[in-house]
Amino acid sequence: MNPKEEKVKIITEEFDENDEDTGVGSQKKTSKMARQKRKKRLPAAGPEEMVSENPHLGNQPEPLQEDSDTRPLSMTTRRGPRSLPPIPSASRTGFAEFSMRERMREKLQAARSKAESTLLQEIPTPRPRRLQSPGEKELETEFGAEPGEEAQKTQQEDDSQSRSRVKFRDSVRKIKTKPPVPPGFPSAEEAYNFFTFNFDPEPEESEEKPKAKNRDGTTQEEEEGEEEEPPVQGIHKTDEQLLISATEAEAFLWGLDHAAADFVAVRPADYESAHVRLQMEKELLFVPSRLTVPTYKKLPENVQPRYLEDEGLYIGTRPDVPRTCQNIMENRLLTQEPGRRWFGDDGRIVALPNPIKPFPSRPPVLTQEQDFRAELETLYKKAVKYVHRSQHMIGSGDSPGNFQLDIDISGLIFTHHPCFSREHVLAAKLAQLYDQYLARHQRNKAKFLTDKLQALRNAVQTGLNPAKTHKSLDTTQKTINEYKSEIRQTRKLRDAEQEKDRMLLKTIIKVWKEMKSLREFQRFTNTPLKLVLRKEKVDQKADEEAYEAEIQAEISELLEEHMEEHEQKMEAYRAAYQQWKAWKKAQRAKKKKKKQAVEEHPEEEMGEPYPEEDLVKPVPPEPTDRALMEHQVRERAARSRRRPGEPLLVPELSLAGSVTPNEQCPRVEVLRREDVKRRSIYLKVIFNDKEVSRTDSRPLGADFRVHFGQIFNLQIFNWPESLTLQVYETVGHSGTTLLAEVFLPIPETTIVTGRAPIEEVEFSSNQHVTLDHEGVGSGMPFSFEADGSNQLILMTSGKVSNSVAWAIGENGIPLIPPLSQQNIGFRSALKRADAISSIGTSGLTDLKKLAKWAAESKLDPNDPNNAPLMQLISVATSGESYVPDFFRLEQLQQEFNFVSDEELNRSKRFRLLCLRSQEVPEFRNYKQIPAYDREIMEKVFQDYEKRLRDRNVIETKDHIDPHRAMVAKYLQQVRESVINRFLIAKHHFLLSDLIVEEEVPNISILGLSLFKLAEQKRPLRPRRKGRKKVTAQNLSDGDIKVLVNIIRAYDIPVRKPTASKFQQPSRSSRTFSEKHAASPTTHSPTHSADYPLGQVLVRPFVEVSFQRTICHTTTAEGPNPSWNEELELPFRAPNGDYSTSSLQSVKDDVFINIFDEVLYDVLEDDRERGSGIHTRIERHWLGCVKIPFSTIYFQAKIDGTFKIDIPPVLLGYSKERSMIIERGFDSVRSLSEGSYITLFITMEPQLVPGESVREKFDSQEDEKLLQATEKFQAECALKFPHRQCLTTVTDISGKTVFITRYLKPLNPPQELLEACPNNPQATAELVARYVSLIPFLPDTVSFAGICDLWSTSDQFLDLLAGDEEEHAVLLCNYFLSLGKKAWLVMGSAIPEGPTAYVLTREQSHYLIWNPCSGHFYGQFDTFCPLKSVGCLIGPDNIWFNIQRHDSPLRINFDVTKPKLWKSFFSRNLLYPGLSSVQPEELIYQRTDKAAAAELQDRIEKILKEKIMDWRPRHLTRWNRYCTSALRHFLPLLERSRGEDVEDDHRGELLKQLGDYRFSGFPLHMPYSELKPLIEAVYSTGVHNIDVPNVEFALAVYIHPYPKNVLSVWIYVASLIRNR
Amino acid sequence: MAAAGPSVFLLMVNGQVESAQFPEYDDLYCKYCFVYGQDWAPTAGLEEGISQITSKSQDVRQALVWNFPIDVTFKSTNPYGWPQIVLSVYGPDVFGNDVVRGYGAVHLPFSPGRHKRTIPMFVPESTSKLQKFTSWFMGRRPEYTDPKVVAQGEGREVTRVRSQGFVTLLFNVVTKDMRKLGYDTGPSDTQGVSGPSPPPGLPL
Repeated sequence: MNPKEEKVKIITEEFDENDEDTGVGSQKKTSKMARQKRKKRLPAAGPEEMVSENPHLGNQPEPLQEDSDTRPLSMTTRRGPRSLPPIPSASRTGFAEFSMRERMREKLQAARSKAESTLLQEIPTPRPRRLQSPGEKELETEFGAEPGEEAQKTQQEDDSQSRSRVKFRDSVRKIKTKPPVPPGFPSAEEAYNFFTFNFDPEPEESEEKPKAKNRDGTTQEEEEGEEEEPPVQGIHKTDEQLLISATEAEAFLWGLDHAAADFVAVRPADYESAHVRLQMEKELLFVPSRLTVPTYKKLPENVQPRYLEDEGLYIGTRPDVPRTCQNIMENRLLTQEPGRRWFGDDGRIVALPNPIKPFPSRPPVLTQEQDFRAELETLYKKAVKYVHRSQHMIGSGDSPGNFQLDIDISGLIFTHHPCFSREHVLAAKLAQLYDQYLARHQRNKAKFLTDKLQALRNAVQTGLNPAKTHKSLDTTQKTINEYKSEIRQTRKLRDAEQEKDRMLLKTIIKVWKEMKSLREFQRFTNTPLKLVLRKEKVDQKADEEAYEAEIQAEISELLEEHMEEHEQKMEAYRAAYQQWKAWKKAQRAKKKKKKQAVEEHPEEEMGEPYPEEDLVKPVPPEPTDRALMEHQVRERAARSRRRPGEPLLVPELSLAGSVTPNEQCPRVEVLRREDVKRRSIYLKVIFNDKEVSRTDSRPLGADFRVHFGQIFNLQIFNWPESLTLQVYETVGHSGTTLLAEVFLPIPETTIVTGRAPIEEVEFSSNQHVTLDHEGVGSGMPFSFEADGSNQLILMTSGKVSNSVAWAIGENGIPLIPPLSQQNIGFRSALKRADAISSIGTSGLTDLKKLAKWAAESKLDPNDPNNAPLMQLISVATSGESYVPDFFRLEQLQQEFNFVSDEELNRSKRFRLLCLRSQEVPEFRNYKQIPAYDREIMEKVFQDYEKRLRDRNVIETKDHIDPHRAMVAKYLQQVRESVINRFLIAKHHFLLSDLIVEEEVPNISILGLSLFKLAEQKRPLRPRRKGRKKVTAQNLSDGDIKVLVNIIRAYDIPVRKPTASKFQQPSRSSRTFSEKHAASPTTHSPTHSADYPLGQVLVRPFVEVSFQRTICHTTTAEGPNPSWNEELELPFRAPNGDYSTSSLQSVKDDVFINIFDEVLYDVLEDDRERGSGIHTRIERHWLGCVKIPFSTIYFQAKIDGTFKIDIPPVLLGYSKERSMIIERGFDSVRSLSEGSYITLFITMEPQLVPGESVREKFDSQEDEKLLQATEKFQAECALKFPHRQCLTTVTDISGKTVFITRYLKPLNPPQELLEACPNNPQATAELVARYVSLIPFLPDTVSFAGICDLWSTSDQFLDLLAGDEEEHAVLLCNYFLSLGKKAWLVMGSAIPEGPTAYVLTREQSHYLIWNPCSGHFYGQFDTFCPLKSVGCLIGPDNIWFNIQRHDSPLRINFDVTKPKLWKSFFSRNLLYPGLSSVQPEELIYQRTDKAAAAELQDRIEKILKEKIMDWRPRHLTRWNRYCTSALRHFLPLLERSRGEDVEDDHRGELLKQLGDYRFSGFPLHMPYSELKPLIEAVYSTGVHNIDVPNVEFALAVYIHPYPKNVLSVWIYVASLIRNR
Repeated sequence: MAAAGPSVFLLMVNGQVESAQFPEYDDLYCKYCFVYGQDWAPTAGLEEGISQITSKSQDVRQALVWNFPIDVTFKSTNPYGWPQIVLSVYGPDVFGNDVVRGYGAVHLPFSPGRHKRTIPMFVPESTSKLQKFTSWFMGRRPEYTDPKVVAQGEGREVTRVRSQGFVTLLFNVVTKDMRKLGYDTGPSDTQGVSGPSPPPGLPL
């Protein structure tokens, strides 16, 4: 409708109905007031009502009526009068009409007041009604708001409405006919429309009415209160309707009549009434309706709503939104966005699942107002075991909560009970049979099979008809054959079924007969059972026909079958017959033959009877007899089938019979019945082996049924594993007995309360009961027969009818524990739903299986509980990852691989990283591995690869001597294997490695420290504090320095007065010192005179070189100089690796060289002497001390006086003993020869030396001996913790060996013994020299980080390398074989530290031998490097030094004194006679002299090259003459072992090289490798002379000793020609 | 050179050892040092530091505040052996001896930006009750041979420790060329990590 028109209409209405305003308006007012009140309660409903209601006037009375109804009636009464009197002047209505209306009103009023008064009397509280009213109201208003279309629908339905409309139409028609419609006014049609619209909602109201009434009817009180009202209302309503319609009609008329007058009339102020305004607003504002939107609007056309949830899909919980809001939203969406994309398939707004957690994650706030202190109080709660954990879980997102299992126990029926009477037994049997019958009847298998048979026969028929088949004959025949065989099968089955049916029926009848006879016999009935057999008439003729047809069909089939069989048999027969015939023939022929034979050899026949039996002549099969077959078929049919024409018997069991009352029963029966009455039954519900509930105890009924009808709601937490009912019986007041246990199946997840069927679960008990009354008892034999035959034994049994189902929660969700909680062990019920139970846990890893299972069980992919599973499956089934058929460990490893193996190998960077992490020595400390492959040089790997390649290839180039090369290789291999072996041990840590902790002080230390506390502080007297040790791992280059403190030296060789014995020195080149020395005493007559006192004999300085860094001291003067200087040398670890193991293997030595500084005056012209000084400094090497770095590292400091290694020939120098006398040291010094230097060497910072391996090695020693050694060592360590005590050592294969096993007399080389047969001392020295010529190689170097390994002497000689122990052992063994008393001395010496020396006892004194140098010392030699003695080791015992002192100077070596030496083997522990680990005899090979000569040449060549290399800026000339002279000397030196040749030597040299100033010296070394030789030559500094005309001479001599021990002599000299 | 593919990446860390919570001790100072792998080299800044002695605050927090700055830059070719900062806290015991109050270590943060780390601290335990007493009495508590031990896992099984307190560290991390070398550690947007930037056009 056009809004404008409507507006106009409304205005006219206002006009015309002014009169009504008085009445209706007042009512309107009241209604408005009421509405306003309501508005407060329902603010949302307000405006809609206003909009929808106000314009429709005809609507008014109804809501008003309702309003007044709902309001407490007293209010209306009060208001009533006020609204009553209309203002007469304003009214244009006729009085009569008015009065009539007035009357109506009064009537209404009266009725109302009356009703109210009755109401007030009867209902004290009308509240409930009031509360209901808003809802009611809403409904109405909503309907009011509905657009017309819906109203139209209702129009036709309602009669009353149509009636009123008819009336109205009539009136309108009347009006229409009379006046013409003036322009501007609504046309008649419009008016009609308008009014019909107005009336539309009415029928709704009237519809609503009865509804309301009905609802009222539910509460009786209200009904009573309202009883009177409805009629009144009805009257009033109809009256008013009439009235209004009448008035309106009149108004129209009037309006038309007075039209002209109205145009001029003065109108009241133009008031836009509220509803008009609202109407206007309606144009602008859109207010969505709150009504439910019909589904078809929300869905596309012709689409049925689809409910996913019903289809079993998981859709989640929708957020809870009030219905109204949803409606509003839907309406809005429909109107504003016409597209339907907001709506899902089910016609609802698409919504995500409710995101709100069902349980607050925040702990609940205590609502009670409490003291805050109380809230803070800690409560102790015992730990609660969380049961969920024990279950097998997959998904973690399971919402915790309670689940509910409803167990409905409806009742229990005994199928047998001790109290059963005989009749009961039969009744039970009957009932059972009947049940069976019913079940069979329902299935009706016989019918099914008959039908099947029929169908098959038809199929065969059609198949046989060739016209119809398109298939080839073969297949048809085949199918027909198949059909036939199936027909046979089916027929058999059907016959069996039919027979069974018949048997059952017969049994039922039989039992029933028995029962009847029993009842007759006992003259009472106990059971109400009654069996009725209903006969169903059948059409005799048809039945007979069918029967006959069936039999005929069967016969024909059978015949066919038999024919086939017969055919086959005939075939077989024929074959057999042929065979037989042939045999017969043969037999006959044989017989003939035999006969002949018999004739010839009659005796033979007797000897060989034919073994083969006679073949029986086959009997031809008989053809089948049709008659016989028919007979058989008929017989069978008669047995199993209903005879034709026989009525169908249908048994019906009813409980219609009557039970004989007690009075008429015999006594025994009465007793039985009383017994039954005394019994009661109850059930216990046992859940997961725990009793959770029990039913009430119910008496046993006479029919042995117990009705419980109880439902148990089990709030469960765990997945149910077992559910059991226990049936208990109570007899009278005596105890209860457990009759039986009933196991209930756990319901499937789909079974929820309400849907669960009642099931019967059978139980039985094995109890034995005998009763003294009619009851038959249980487990007892009884009989129905009089003679007691045919005994029966029945056990108590019964059925429990129950239903178990999952409860449904408030929101309709079944309270079922999530699948994941289900136990694996529980498989039966949930096999399909639970992945784990259906495929087993192992199946979970098999993705294929899992996916298959998921596909089979149709998992809901939307259910969040299944999410992890679905993800897994999606991975498994997607093409990318396939499921391999093979099994593999760590199947996911490949996913974690960083890159593929090939790439790993190809990349240089990764290779480098790998090698570094494997701690390959070359790369162990490789820093900053470049980020890119291209930055890695190929040569990085060269060394490593070469080493790998050369592992087994002996490289002779470096070693010159093939044997040594082999040895070196061998050593290298031993070293590697040992290192690998101890690699693990290196990673073992002790507490002390990580934590510095003070030791627990004993009482004396504690006392001392306490005393110290009391001691007063003396700040001016500083104490020495121990330096902190540094673990050598985080150091870098330059952090470590070697400090060498050179204090003083003794007995430095002094220059010999040159030329004193020989020719005149040249004029110009006198030595500077001479010159210098001479200068103060210029008046001294000649140079050749003896040096005067005080003249400088030598100007020595010390040069320390370490790792090619050289430092030197200042120059001091005299043969006993004192420098007192500290030199600092940086230390660089190999490869920058400062780890302990690396430091230990540093092989560098610290060379301390002593030089004499000689100044030469090089002034050419004496005349210039006054104006300038031209001198050249030359330095002459005097000697050196060599200290390995490893010694410094392990000793931490080296402090002492060392013998300087001075070459045997030092040209131009001599030891001038006479000159030193005045020093006063002569008494001491005279005892020793040689020069000495006092040193102090240490490192800054102090490094912690590596620990020896703390691993216990396995041993082949006796366990007792080992224990004794431990005990001995412990005892010794307790007394003198710092003295070395050694009882067991580790041999080269890593086994612990008792130390004395190493000592055994061993033969030295024969060659040495023969050298000086008469002088034992010389022989001993020679032997010592031989031993010292074996190169020294410390164990710590070869086996870094590992303790001493002792090799036996033969191994030592083979390896040609070893440390002190090996040398000492060999030397000691030689001495022992020479017949000396010799011991191994374990002690400490300088510079070696803990070491081994050899002690021998000569006639009167002891000699201490240094096995590495071959020197020997007397016991009281102050310069003996051995500083302390820990223990002595002989071939058969160990003696530990228990004297106060340990210096060899101050101890007594007499081991027989037990007070001084504690022996290992004593009276308590006798020497068990241990066998030696040494070989029986050492075998020496003569060294190849030619090889030695060759080596000699090579060394000489190499050294010469080296010297030239070291002098890059100068020309190096070699003086061949001198070289050959030197080469000549060297064998002499070797022969004399460097002693007492000096003078001759020098004389000879001078004779030959008279023109040269000569400085040079022979070096003597054992030969191991080339490198040490080069180092030694370098350290002498011969090459440093840079005088232009210098010439060099170098000669090498190698003297071979047996067993490839080589003594190397290198003679280097520099020559300067004297002019 | 930077344009032509860097061969090292740089990790610059500055920040501070802010404060500590040692409920039972007072007058503490701390030392820090770094432990890093073989492919790492410090290029700038101090690798070690020793702080002033701080006393507890008087308020309820009882915090020990050092605010001791850390500023170090490493370069590396390989994230393996990422630097760890090792902290050791010392303070006087009842007799006035300086004893260790806690060791702790934490990796420097990987991603650029501002990071706050709270490290729990611990000290090695004495091996026996008697030891404990004597060490308490003599003021020579058990200590690690090297504080850097706490940054490594090897050999720790032989020690027993006791928890002591917490130290809070603040790091501001800047990395360079990490992504160019293929190591993506930071958030996808490395800019504007800390806090929202002020809206443009706002007078400051």
